[in-house]
Amino acid sequence: MAKKKTIRTIPQERTPMPEQDAKERARNFKEVACGYTLENALREAERCLMCADEPCVRGCPVSIDIPHFIQKIAEKHYHGAYDVITDTNLLPAVCGRVCPQENQCEGVCTVGDTLEPVAIGRLERFIGDMAIKEGWVNLPHIEPSGFRVGIVGSGPAGMACAADMAKAGCEVVVYEAFHEPGGVLKYGIPDFRLPNDVINVEIDKLKQLGVRFECNTLVGRLFTIEQMLTEMGYHAVFLGTGAGYPSFMGIPGESLNGVSSANELLTRCNLMRGRDFPNFDTPIQPGRRVAVIGAGNTAMDALRVSLRLGAEKVYCVYRRGKAEAPARAEEIHHAGEEGVEFHWLTSPVEVLGDAKSNVRGMRCQKMELGEPDSSGRRRPVPVPGSEFEFECDSVVYAIGTNANPILGQTSKLKLNKWGYIGADGNLATSIAGVWAGGDIVTGAATVIEAMGAGRRAARAMKAWLGLRDTDVVYAPEAPHAGRRFGFAPDEHGYARVRVV
Amino acid sequence: MSNFEIVTREDYSDVTYMLEIRHPVMAKAAKAGQFVIVMEHEHGERIPLTLADFDPDEGTITLVIQAVGKTTREMQQRCQAGTTLFAVVGPMGIPSHIGGRKKVLCVGGGLGVAPVYPQARAWARSGARVIGVLGFRNKGVMFWEDKFRAVCDELIVCTDDGSAGIKGLVTRGMEEAMAKHADIDEALAIGPPIMMKACAAVTKPKNIHTVVSLNPVMVDGTGMCGGCRVKLLDGVKFACVDGPDFDAHMVDFDDLMSRLARFKPSEQAAMKKWEDDCRMVGAPGAERF
Repeated sequence: MAKKKTIRTIPQERTPMPEQDAKERARNFKEVACGYTLENALREAERCLMCADEPCVRGCPVSIDIPHFIQKIAEKHYHGAYDVITDTNLLPAVCGRVCPQENQCEGVCTVGDTLEPVAIGRLERFIGDMAIKEGWVNLPHIEPSGFRVGIVGSGPAGMACAADMAKAGCEVVVYEAFHEPGGVLKYGIPDFRLPNDVINVEIDKLKQLGVRFECNTLVGRLFTIEQMLTEMGYHAVFLGTGAGYPSFMGIPGESLNGVSSANELLTRCNLMRGRDFPNFDTPIQPGRRVAVIGAGNTAMDALRVSLRLGAEKVYCVYRRGKAEAPARAEEIHHAGEEGVEFHWLTSPVEVLGDAKSNVRGMRCQKMELGEPDSSGRRRPVPVPGSEFEFECDSVVYAIGTNANPILGQTSKLKLNKWGYIGADGNLATSIAGVWAGGDIVTGAATVIEAMGAGRRAARAMKAWLGLRDTDVVYAPEAPHAGRRFGFAPDEHGYARVRVV
Repeated sequence: MSNFEIVTREDYSDVTYMLEIRHPVMAKAAKAGQFVIVMEHEHGERIPLTLADFDPDEGTITLVIQAVGKTTREMQQRCQAGTTLFAVVGPMGIPSHIGGRKKVLCVGGGLGVAPVYPQARAWARSGARVIGVLGFRNKGVMFWEDKFRAVCDELIVCTDDGSAGIKGLVTRGMEEAMAKHADIDEALAIGPPIMMKACAAVTKPKNIHTVVSLNPVMVDGTGMCGGCRVKLLDGVKFACVDGPDFDAHMVDFDDLMSRLARFKPSEQAAMKKWEDDCRMVGAPGAERF
């Protein structure tokens, strides 16, 4: 038995993530963070104290058994680690990349009280990527339940809900308005942060579970939620349509050519592959000097995409300070390394145009932080006489979104006062048999929170349908991989062969 | 859903063509005033097109398209009966508000004639008297006169050169109709922004409630990207989910026109590359450009 680890005996420094050089990567769309090597992962796994308290599990929106999977890595039993993660999280390769771990598992890590926390997200990604490389798929044994479940939206909330309902034996159809499934993972998050290949693998896994994807389908308009429950024969429906409807500020000059939302820029670049224009037909207005308003993760994506599209100067304009910026620390750090210039405590007053209605610059004013507001952050107040102008030819708004109105327009769903779908603690909506989760309920949040909501709704749907929420039972092993030799192969780290 | 079959194709001029596409669910769901987004192929762009017709019995929707840019010209070459489109999504947008009016003026100019048709038909079915005003460049490029005659109580055709109907723009036809009928209580105009702006100016002094259907540059068409935002006197709206119909007397048409030119340099680049590619591979039809 190994000696108990203490904070003094573990590797003190957090294992750094191998990354593409900042100068080089700022001009390509290849992934920035290259992922842990085997040695990196083993070293980092050593840093977990396996503490009894397990605050990380509580910090995770889907309660992954984090110490357990890290222990499996330390034991070099990588498939075992994958099994532990997939018990609760369908998409380790995605979540390991895009979760804001510093506010979740890593934010409460015991090691983090003294040293830098264990790099849980990087380890999760290591396992997720290995599963993709090795072709591991944990297909559970599915007993058909006879229920049909319709899911609206193929983003993280819909995918998570689809997986759980499919595992419970339901016939699941996921409707997507775009021509490809994936939602924000595809149109929003750029390839250098989350490659589309990774998402496609995860979508294929869902297909292997029996989930059917119907693209080019705008629910609400092509058919209504009520129709899904009646003539289309769905026993339960989950709505995970995302927030949509980007916000603008209402300052002069916003309809000038060169002003867009981050959603538009990112969708043109990522999903529609406008970055490869004219080989792909969707154009992007390439800015030479781009100002992005906002400092959330979407803003960081817009800034870094603009650099990769060839901008010479890219400015981040944010009315609060760096400490208040909602983006993940790592994203801000990466953006800075790549050459993004940050203008903290700066608020736009007007977008300036030339005679041809093109953007020529922006007028801003400096801000200072006053008393805390309702969000607990100190409220920015303008500094009198601090207005200044600077030159830019493109302005991108990344200041959040409002509720998408389509489902409200086309159904009797009760909305809350902000226009989002009203849902109770179990995410049930005002229509019996319909649940909702993710951004369309909470407003803009994170991928993992949306996935958590999808799973929470799935639990409630199963209870409502009278399906028991049992532990995952994996498909039976092929006979030759069984206990014929008197041991379970996984106990000895043998690769499992699953024939399903 | 994918690979949508083109059932019929008809050409109305050297640049205008009609596609009838099989989509039974949409044919049943569609209402006057709605639009679809089409992607011709996997690498294509998403273009919004207002529904020109839909037939729930046949299970088809109809689009009338003008070959103006790279995508629409490529579609003109490739889309034939029996071929498929990569993506067709819809019906999108809020259906036109039909009903509660006695006499409605339905104005379409050029390509805009096609999307006026479902609304004219819907107005006729609602019991309103419908006066149609259709504008074309000349007699040779006219289409759907018979379809309009079937749903309109009165039809005024205008051509730029006077080769059919009255000589002049649709605004002349409107003035004529308004002089004859003092009791027109609703107008609808679809066409190029400059035409819709002029139509709005004609009805404004008489305070006739006038609706225009706007078709700005879009990507998703579901309210997510905000590319189609339209400036109105009382704020900014998204054409895809708040429209496409808007009160003509509230729309800032100059803003609309300037925003429609947003991707002009890219569009020209795409067109040039496509023409070069056509010449290089000697694609059929390349010699036409």
